[in-house]
Amino acid sequence: MSSLSRRARLLVTVLAAILLAGFATGYALLGRERPAPAASAQVSGPALMVLTNGRLSTVAATDPGGPREVTEVACDRVYAAAATVACLEPVGALSATRLVVMDERLRERKTVPLTGFPNRLRVSASGRMVSWTLFLDGHSYATTGFATRSGVLDLRSGRLVNSLEDFAITRDGLPYRNVDVNYWGVTFTSDDNRFYATLSTGGHRYLVEGDLAARTVRTLRDNVECPSLSPDGTRIAYKSAVDGDPAKGWRLSVLDLASGRSTPTAETRSVDDQPAWLDGRTVAYALQSSDGTNDTWSVPADGTGAPHLLVPGANSPSPPRH
Amino acid sequence: MYLATLDRGPGRTVGRVSGTVLALGTVSLITDVSAEMVTAILPLYLVAGLQFSPAAYGVIDGVYTGATVLLRLAGGYIADRIARLKAVAAAGYAISALAKLGLLAAGASGPLIGLTLTVDRAGKGLRTAPRDALITMATPPEHLGRAFGVHRTMDAAGAFLGPLVALGVLALSGQTYEPVFVASFCVALLGVLVLVLFVPGDRAARALPVPAGGGPPGGRVSLRAAGRLARGRLLPAACLLGLVTIGDGFVYLVLQRRVELSIGWFPLLAVGTSLAYLTLSVPLGRLADRIGRPTVVLGGLAALAGVYLLLGSPLGGPPLVLLVLALHGAFYAATDGVLMAVAGTVFPAELRTTGMALVQSGQAAAYVVSSLLFGLAWQSWGTGAACLAAAAAAVLALPLMAVLLRRRV
Repeated sequence: MSSLSRRARLLVTVLAAILLAGFATGYALLGRERPAPAASAQVSGPALMVLTNGRLSTVAATDPGGPREVTEVACDRVYAAAATVACLEPVGALSATRLVVMDERLRERKTVPLTGFPNRLRVSASGRMVSWTLFLDGHSYATTGFATRSGVLDLRSGRLVNSLEDFAITRDGLPYRNVDVNYWGVTFTSDDNRFYATLSTGGHRYLVEGDLAARTVRTLRDNVECPSLSPDGTRIAYKSAVDGDPAKGWRLSVLDLASGRSTPTAETRSVDDQPAWLDGRTVAYALQSSDGTNDTWSVPADGTGAPHLLVPGANSPSPPRH
Repeated sequence: MYLATLDRGPGRTVGRVSGTVLALGTVSLITDVSAEMVTAILPLYLVAGLQFSPAAYGVIDGVYTGATVLLRLAGGYIADRIARLKAVAAAGYAISALAKLGLLAAGASGPLIGLTLTVDRAGKGLRTAPRDALITMATPPEHLGRAFGVHRTMDAAGAFLGPLVALGVLALSGQTYEPVFVASFCVALLGVLVLVLFVPGDRAARALPVPAGGGPPGGRVSLRAAGRLARGRLLPAACLLGLVTIGDGFVYLVLQRRVELSIGWFPLLAVGTSLAYLTLSVPLGRLADRIGRPTVVLGGLAALAGVYLLLGSPLGGPPLVLLVLALHGAFYAATDGVLMAVAGTVFPAELRTTGMALVQSGQAAAYVVSSLLFGLAWQSWGTGAACLAAAAAAVLALPLMAVLLRRRV
């Protein structure tokens, strides 16, 4: 450094600052050029709702890989059942997320302001109940921990449950309390009152059965995450942590509620999604490839067959609707 | 930027803080802008951008904790051994700069992102002790408190600006995250350049007319000599300080629950502490030079006890928030730089970097232990009791700390 005069060093620094600022600004402005939305086409007949690059889209149930109708509605997570379409809006640097409930023509019916990052979303089969899971930053008190919050909205009565955390817990038959309780991945039964979800506490991730009217949950079994109840209400598709350790990934599995028997599906890749039942025999789920693109796959629920690429370049699948 | 003042040259002093300290402060300011840009958007990027699940995020968050302690010690020792503090510090800054590009290259891969964050932390671990040793070398012993105060204020100012710059870049880029990493890399590169151009090399610094910080007369740089440093009283003092400090996250979380702040306000609590830290670092550093550094460290410890007492008390409302954040910032201002000022006068000059690395590592390791303990206490005793227990620990540490710091170490 001593070989340069002070003046020269200042000059070098200022020039470097200008160059670097110019480069950073140029790169940021180029970042505006988003990939053009996929070609949009009219879809008729029974349709599947998915997200294409974060835009609400529909594909024909008979030809899910074919033409796609892409709308302008931006969501991080979407789910549709009966006449209800629910969307969790993306979080911006200065804006929080919202739950937006729409009718089948995508007209806004109700919005709920929320705090956190959209994670899971579900609508009951009747279209009456909506539940969401948000991920609340890494600011949980244990440095390696995380916090989630799951809420429920009853569209008929307007009743809003901000967080399941206030529900009374029965664990293995005994009342239970702990500050580390987190819920995620709610799925509703056909009575629009009982539900299943994942309750995480003390290092366990329990499948719980809950009652919205009574504000209670009770644990059923360990190592069940993101449950999804089959249309006939007898089975639960879920992600099962390999060797009980989420760090090793998850195996997509199906639990028979009556017998308690769990069957791994033919999907051997790690699935980190709340699956959706396309019908009584098939579940759909999103997989993210290493370059960050999402694809929606389907696999038979009984452990047979093989995974099948259902909708390329899409995530957040819902069952087909007319 | 402070380049205009730097122009007076590293050998001269500006307002009795040397040009080298201002140069290092500028490097820290720039580097902290770069680092905090990323920190501010990382959760958003991982969860909203890459759609990571909570568990995957938790794994990434946990990967790098504690992984850099050994590297920090090794870096300190090597810097002393080859007597090239500036080179080791520059390597640390450069590694962190490159890690920003690594985040871009890592794409959506969780393990690669974890690795990149570990590399970033490693760079930070590597540079901290040599940088503090360079500050010591450029400052007469009686002004060390002020010099560290000025440096920490500039450092905190950078941490303050970082999130704002990130928001600016996000506005330019139409809310895409990658340009923030690129901008962060560019800012970090500028920091390295300022270090290389404006901080004198070790030989030049040793030849300065300023008497390099005190400490016992020198000996050889050997592992055995380095081991002897651990027997001094400053290491137990630093560990004690770490042991009574519960995680910042806890303080904010308890505060948030106590006054029922909405979760959206959460990040602002950290900003409040930084603001107090930023404004109090220089006055408390000067005070330390005047009335004695141990006294100010003890005062900081008392402020910390005050924080925990308030959190455990039945008080509530905005006054509680302001008081807690002010005391919390005062604690950091009275201990962080001041402890390094003590270290600057205690360790022999040729092993100063090793000694500083040792003290920082001891404090950091003890801090991890105390955070775990507090987490357990919280779960089994409840918030109020756990806070009062933490307050009791801080009060009990006061006389112990007085003994450890009062006599020559």
